[in-house]
Order: sequence, then C-alpha cells, then structure tokens
Amino acid sequence: MRKTLQYSLVASLVLGLQASPPEAWAADDAQFIPMATYRVGAYASSGIPWWAGEIDYFRYINEVEGGVNGVKLVWQECETEWNVDRIVECYERLKTGQDGAPTAFFFTHSTPGSYALMEKGAADRIPLIDGGGGRTESTDGSVFPYAFPILMNYYSQASVGINYIAGREGGLDKLKGKKIVTVYHDSAYGRETQAPMKLLAEKYGFENIQIPVADPGNEQSAQWRQVRQIKPDWVFLRTWGVSTPVAIKTAARFGISVERIVGDVWAGSEADVIPAGSAAKGYQALAPFPGGTAFEIHQRLKQYIIDQGKSDLKDTRYFGEVYYNIGLINAAIAVEALRTGQKKFGNRPLNGEEGRWAFEHLDIDAARLKAIGFEGLLAPLKLSCSDHEGGGAARVQQWDGQQWVLVTDWIRADHQLLRPLIEAKSAAYAKEKGITPRNCAAER
Amino acid sequence: MTFFLETLIGGLLAGTLYSLVAIGFVLIYKASGVFNFAQGAMLLFAALTFVSLQEQGVPFVLALLLTSVVMAIGALIIERAVLRPLVNRSQITLFMATLGLSFIIEGLAQGLMGAQVRALDLGIDDVPLFFGEIMVSQFDLVAAATAALLVIVLALLFNHTRIGVSLRAVADDTRAALSIGINLNRIWQIVWAVAGVVGLVAGLLWGARQGVQFSLSLVVLKALPVLIIGGFTSIGGAIVGGLIVGAAENLAEAYIGPLIGGGITPWFAYFLALIFLYIRPAGLFGERTIERV
Amino acid sequence: MTATSHPLSAAVDNAPVELVARHLPWPLLVLLATAFGVLPWLGNDYWLNAILIPFLVLSLAGLGLNLLTGYTGQTSVGAAGFMAVGAFATYSLLLRVPGLPLPLALLGGGLIAAAVGFLFGIPSSRIKGFYLMVTTLAAQFFLEWVFTKFPWFYNYSSSGTISAPRLELFGYSLASPVGRYLLVLSTVVLLTWVAVNLVRSQVGRNWMAIRDMDTAAAVIGIPVDRYKRLAFAVSSFYLGVAGALWAFAYLGTASAGSFDINRSFQILFIIIIGGMGSIAGNFVGAAFISLLPIFLNQAGQWLFGGHVDAGQLQNLQKIIFGALIITFLIKEPEGLIRLLDNLRERLRVWPLRF
Repeated sequence: MRKTLQYSLVASLVLGLQASPPEAWAADDAQFIPMATYRVGAYASSGIPWWAGEIDYFRYINEVEGGVNGVKLVWQECETEWNVDRIVECYERLKTGQDGAPTAFFFTHSTPGSYALMEKGAADRIPLIDGGGGRTESTDGSVFPYAFPILMNYYSQASVGINYIAGREGGLDKLKGKKIVTVYHDSAYGRETQAPMKLLAEKYGFENIQIPVADPGNEQSAQWRQVRQIKPDWVFLRTWGVSTPVAIKTAARFGISVERIVGDVWAGSEADVIPAGSAAKGYQALAPFPGGTAFEIHQRLKQYIIDQGKSDLKDTRYFGEVYYNIGLINAAIAVEALRTGQKKFGNRPLNGEEGRWAFEHLDIDAARLKAIGFEGLLAPLKLSCSDHEGGGAARVQQWDGQQWVLVTDWIRADHQLLRPLIEAKSAAYAKEKGITPRNCAAER
Repeated sequence: MTFFLETLIGGLLAGTLYSLVAIGFVLIYKASGVFNFAQGAMLLFAALTFVSLQEQGVPFVLALLLTSVVMAIGALIIERAVLRPLVNRSQITLFMATLGLSFIIEGLAQGLMGAQVRALDLGIDDVPLFFGEIMVSQFDLVAAATAALLVIVLALLFNHTRIGVSLRAVADDTRAALSIGINLNRIWQIVWAVAGVVGLVAGLLWGARQGVQFSLSLVVLKALPVLIIGGFTSIGGAIVGGLIVGAAENLAEAYIGPLIGGGITPWFAYFLALIFLYIRPAGLFGERTIERV
Repeated sequence: MTATSHPLSAAVDNAPVELVARHLPWPLLVLLATAFGVLPWLGNDYWLNAILIPFLVLSLAGLGLNLLTGYTGQTSVGAAGFMAVGAFATYSLLLRVPGLPLPLALLGGGLIAAAVGFLFGIPSSRIKGFYLMVTTLAAQFFLEWVFTKFPWFYNYSSSGTISAPRLELFGYSLASPVGRYLLVLSTVVLLTWVAVNLVRSQVGRNWMAIRDMDTAAAVIGIPVDRYKRLAFAVSSFYLGVAGALWAFAYLGTASAGSFDINRSFQILFIIIIGGMGSIAGNFVGAAFISLLPIFLNQAGQWLFGGHVDAGQLQNLQKIIFGALIITFLIKEPEGLIRLLDNLRERLRVWPLRF
C-alpha cells in the first residue's frame, strides 16, 4: 500500500505539471472570460443559477448572434467556494487569458474578492467587475481606474431603500421622526451602509438604529426581541445567506409585520424567502436584478438555449430565478462593454486596458435595452471615467408566496448626496497609497 | 422584568436546539472517543435526504424511516472505512479524520441532492403564544418537547437494554469490555447509527427554522461550547449545557451587547465555556481523570 | 478520557544513540540556492503569486502550530486567530509608526501576536487535551470578533479590511511578485533556521518531554506551566508573522474573514498530514494541502472539462480531497515526511532491498 501511495504521488506530480494548459478550443481570435465560480459549499445555491445565467447568455451570443461582432466568447471556470484566497489563485491563473485569447475583464462576484484584487487588478491592468457589490469608493474611477462596482454600489442600495420607504410613507418629508432599524450581517458587506444611513438620517430626520447579526446568523431571537422593543416603523434587512430566512421567520415570530421589512439586494432571492415559508409572504426587496421570466430576453433564451437543451441549468425550474437573472444581467453588461470597445479598437478580442476603456465608455440607453431584450430587467446604464457605477437604480419586488412580483418602477439613488462621501473616501485611499488621481475632465 | 423573563425563557428554549446537536456528539464520544466534527455534515445529509424524499412524494413517516435507514447504512460504512483502521490513534488524528469525513459527506450531499435551498414544513406553526405578557414561540416549545422525548428514549435505551449496558461498559473501560466479549465494532456501528438518527431529528428542527441548506452543517460550532459546559460524556450535561448557553447568549446579547457594539453571540458561548472550564476542567458532568506516570 | 495516548513520534522512536555529526547539508544548500537564485527568474507571475508565496506562508504557519501541537502536545484550533493578530498588528505598526522599516514591523507584529498567544495559553495550566482545544476555539472566535468590531484596528475603513502598506526595504520596492517572493522566502528561511535550533535546545527538549507526558515532565522538575505558556507565545509569534505575510505579501489585503476557522483547520491539516513534530513536515504538508485543491481543479478540468457537469465535478473534487486526507491519516500516521524518509532510505540502498 505504501508503494501505491508513492507511485500515486509521483504520478500526480507528473500530471500536475502537464495539466497547466487545459482547454484546447480557445484561440487567439476569441475573447477569453475567466469565471471564478462557487458551485459547491455554503453559497452554491446562489452560485449555480448565477453562472448558468452567465453561461447561457454567452452561449446565446456565440450560437445565435455568432459572437460579439464575430468574436467568439470562450470561458474557463475555476472553483473558489467563495474563498478569497482561492479567488486570488483563480485570478492569477486566468488573468493572462488562454491560448492567446486575451482577458478583457475579471468578474470578481464577491465583495471580499474585489477588495483582495483591488491593487493587483490595477497593477495588471485588468478591470474588476462586481455588479451590485464591490468597494463603494471605487465608484470614483479617477482613483480606481480598474475597479467597477457596476450597476449599484452599496451606498446607492441604502439610498434607494430609504427612497422607497419614503415613497410608501408619502414623501421624503414624512420620514421625520420615523424609526428605521437596519438589521445587518456583521461583516464588511453589512457595515458598508452605515455611513450613508447616518447621512440620510441626518438629512431626513429619521431615527437610524443599527442591529448586527453575527455570521452565520442561524439564531436571531436576541436581535429581533430588541427590534420588537424598539417598535420600528420600518426594518431595512441587510443580511446574507442563511441569516435572511432566519430573520424573516424570527421577525414573524416576534410579531413584526413582514410588510414593513425591506430587504437589500442580496437578501432578495428565492433562496432567501422559500425557507421562511408563509412568513415571507409580503416581504419586499430591492431588485436591481429583478426575478421572473416575463422579459424579452427570456423568450429568446427559451427558444434558442433552454428548449434546445443547451442550458447550463440542470433543472430548468430555476430559469428566471433572481440569481439566474443576475447572471444574465452581468453577462449582458459585459457583452455590451465589449461591443463598445470594439467600436474603437476594431472587431477583435480586447485586452485589459482596452477593456477598461470599453467599460468607461459603456452607454446602454433605453433603445439599446429594448434591442437586446432587457427592457424592464435593467435600467439604462452609462459609465464614465469618474463614475464606475453608472446605474444606481433598483426596482422593488415583493414575494407573493410563489414568486417575486415587481411592485415599482426604477427608483433612483440620491447620487448628489452620496457622491461627496465617496470622493472623501477615495481621496483618503489615494493619499494612503500615494496615487495621483487621473484627470477625468481632460480625458474626455 | 417581563423583558428579562421573556429573554430568559426564549433563550432556554433556543438552548434545547443546541442540546439536540450536542447529544449526537456525546453519544459518539462516549462510545468511540472520537470528537466527531462530521456531526454537522451528518445533520445536513439527513435533513437533505428527508426533504428530497418528501419532494418525491414519500409520506412523512416513511421518509423518516427511510432516512434513518440511510443514516444507519452510512454509520456502517464510516465504522468500517474510517474508524476501524484508525483504532488506537491519537484523538487529534481521529478529529482530523472526521473533518475529512465532513468534506466527503458535504460533497455527497450537494452532489446527490443539489445545492439549492429547500423549505421544510413540519406542520408546526411558528407563531407567538402569550403567557400573560410573556411571549413564547410555539415552535420552540415543540422543539423542547422533542428534545425531552429523545432524551427519555435514549435513557431507556442505555439503561434497560443489552446494547446500552454494553455501551456503558465500553465507555467505562474499553479493554475490560473487550475482554468480557463485548463486540466493540458492533457497538460503534450502533452508536454511530443512533447519532445519525439524532442528527436527523436535530436537522429537521433546525431545517424547519432556517431552511434545509448547507449552513445546517455550521450548527456544530454552536454545539461545542455546550459540550464544554456539560462535559463530553454526559447526555444530561448536554441538555443542561444547552440551556445555559441558550439563556446566557440571549441575555448577553440583550444586556451586554448594546454596551460593546452587539453581535457577540458567536464567541460569548465560548467565553462562558472558558469560565466553566477554569472552574471545572472536565465540564459540569464530565468524569475527572487521574493521571499516573 | 484516560491518560492521553500520544504515539511516540518517529524522531523519538529512532532516537540516535550518538549525537549527529555536523556536516554540510548539501541537498539543503542546493535547494536554497534554487529557491533564491533560480526560481525567481524561472517562475512566472502565476507560479510566484498563486503557488509559491501561499505555499511558503502556509509552511511558516504550519511550523508555528507544529511548535505548539507537534512539539509541546498542546492541541490548538485557533491558529488563524493568531495569524489575524499578526496581520492587524503589523498593519497598525506600519500605519501608526512612521518610518518603521518593514522587518521591524513584521517582528513587532509577531511579538504582539506572541503576547496574545501567551494570554490565551494561560488556561493550559489547568485545562488539558480536548478541553484545551476549546480554549483555542474561543480565542479564534473572540479574535475574529475583535477585528471586525473595533474600527481602530482597520483604520476606520468602512469595510473592515486592511490593505497592504507599501512593501519597501532600504528604499527598494518589494511590490513586484519577485520582490514579495523573496521577502517571504527570506523570512521563512530565517525563522525555520531559528526553529530548528530552538527544538534542539533545552527549550525544545523540555517541550517534547511535556508532550510525551506532562505529569512525568513535572515530576522530573520541568516547570511545565511556564514552558507551555512559552510554547503558546513562540507558536503565536510564528503564526503572527505568517498572518502578516499572508495578508500583505499574498492577498494584498485582509479582513477578519481571511482568518476564519477554516484557515485554522487548514493549518492543522498541514501539520498532521505533513508530520507532527517535524520541521520539514510542515513544508511537505503545506505543499499537499495548498496545492492539492488546485491540482484537483486543473486535473478535473483537463480530464473532464466540458463533458461533465461543472458542479458535480467540483463536488467530486471535494469528496476526493476528503478521502485522500482520511487515506493519508490511515496509511501514514506519522505524516508524509515519514513516507519521504522511507523513500530516501530505500534509495540509499537501491537496488538492494531489505
């Protein structure tokens, strides 16, 4: 047996040395897309539909539209289990592209991952794309040229949440004297909205109470007993993973009306409400990535991908789930960015530096949204050198016990109020790191 | 005062759910001296199997039975493939082996039954009941009753059956038990199977509360301090430990939490366990050992 | 729990009758020369950034834990907590003490980690075996909480993450992959050399006496409690330095989440798979634990990529990883280092065998 072990060690070493360049089908006339996935582990329930959405859209582009202006997309998965160190390894492995096909951007799809790669991305000139997450101050592209908290950063999420609550109360002036409790996952993600909430509370005169839930958050009676003592007007729920259904259930147990709970972007998927059962009926959540299949793109995908059996989904029941649509939207934004870049650099694969230019000049207007079938699923998006977020709007969806129903149109964040806060932070970062900010006005 | 009482009662009831997880550990530790970190994965596997069966339309009782059978078969395999070859190894090696085991079980669970989050409805309403001004959760009451029932069954099993007496003999002195002809491997198989069933019960109750998903395997971390306080070798200790941890955690979050920024539950239980350890180095109900040179 | 049964390690079993004669360790010198002279120029970015640096840092962390668990017999599952202390302390020193050179900041971070380790080692005088493990678990969770809860530690950044300060030494920037690799390598080599001498000294011998049986050690007059606490402190020093390197030389950024319980388990795996009570074992174990998932991932893609459902492939890799760990625990109780030693013995007499 010992001998077998020795042989297997040697064999695995040999295999390991050979295995470095896999995947023979990539070529230098294709655009390479690295995918740091999490298909196993605690977050697999979100990861599996997410990458199915991305892959289905890329397949649709390749097979139905013949690629992006003729440039085929190729991709390679790399499992991370949502571990930062594995994400870093995957980034290092895939950043240079594959078989000559260059990498134009890297989907981090993990806020801790975005943080970890921040400086590496800037040094290697690889744009880091993290839709609906990422480092908030990297919205300021003059200091963070290669980081894109695209679509909606955390500050915007807080602002949209408050704007929605104000809408329900009948106007921003009605917020005065109201009690708004934020129950948050005690992590970098959860704490990220504390600063904007403080600012918003000062401006509109509501009482801002923050209650942390420690990871993983599978027992929350202490927190919700506190919430019950406070008797809040609204609860803004910024939990993640298992802490969301437990929060909804525990809130119901303590007699807090689910109609008064507004969930954040990452607390608003099927996986967050199904385990809570009937307690979740009436729960609302911000949706920059709405769920459902009632959009034009879903018709096209159904016809060309799902019904052809080409989908990455093992079970097509999950077609149109929130996380699936998150994947679709991220993929579509990336494809549109590639198109933008190709207008300047020609119809060929782009490298990281060209990818940055492409994302910074991305402009998806209403007409374009209609053309690609994303009307209602995505708000118009326009990025620039100084604004790496671009959107900052979300709809609100409500769980009716079976599915998510969109209850509002796009609600915009108060960018004017939040921008100084972001700039102060990015300036501090520039100072700490000795970065001279780009002059965005001059680059126009 | 009402708030205090309510927090206390809520905490005690929540504690029984910790106890349920801890009992699985105690059983295995008593019989085989293994600190079984895979208990969380077993819990996940059991709950996932049960839910998957239910999704196929298998009725409740049958699903319960089938899952128990699956867990028993799992116990046989574990005993054969992991425990027997590792007999007489140091505790830390055994502990690490169960960590490896938890990777395998988690991989199997997600691979065979999918990673998506499932709802589990046991038909128990999670609605508040009021006793005077004090609010108590009906679900917690049912969970507490289940735990009590389980303990009674286990007590009967261990005090009044041949297997139970053999188990206690093994726990007391493995070598002496072997020499009077007790089949150690059989005892291990039975105990691991029973622990699997206990895991199923705990998995169902936790799963009903938070959904059947991967994070079920994380509840083991909640059970560790319970074990320290109660001792690794006493089922009664696991119950008392669970109650203490549940109550202390809730009271601490309510009264100490606001003073130092909240979110203290993950380590407070361990902190409490440390204090207990300092006073009683083998837990409240654990057996003291005498060392000889 | 009867008397804890630690099977004697290989080193004790085959204790030499006479002292080892000092001679130049040629293979080691060649290895060092390759590591310093050849690898930086041969290795591409990927190998340096994603393979060699984490491998070296994990080896160092394994070494730290091995001093405590493998040499002194005190089980700890709080290794990552002490790594976090080292990372955050180094960050604080570099941030708040202007002009502090990098090596001193690393040293300071290590010393602060040592102090914290000393504190958490105090209960070891009363608590033994598995119950001690929980003390260290408490340390793990407590430290994680401290570093998320108090913004002072991460300079009030909203996200709770610290990012690498500029890595400089005597005015040279070490920010490039080669620079970071050399920084890590030099630190690891230096600290390994210290550890080798430490375990051969009186201190190391006392530690091993305590490991083999602490009551017996007390009987022959070794101040057991003091040496246990010392082991906690020294081990935490190593872990602290490893934590700082992990944060700044590898990830480039860190938060309390980078040092969670899974990292602790990973380091425990390294020493058990590599070999308890062996210095070289840490390197073998770290290579195994850090490279195996990457290797499985690549091999999986290479063999089945595109044919098998990606999710199932990942699950399969996880199962194989678990099974391999159990297999090694069963087949090689003394760790991979013993396997390599046997191989070397066999090669020495090759082609004869006995």
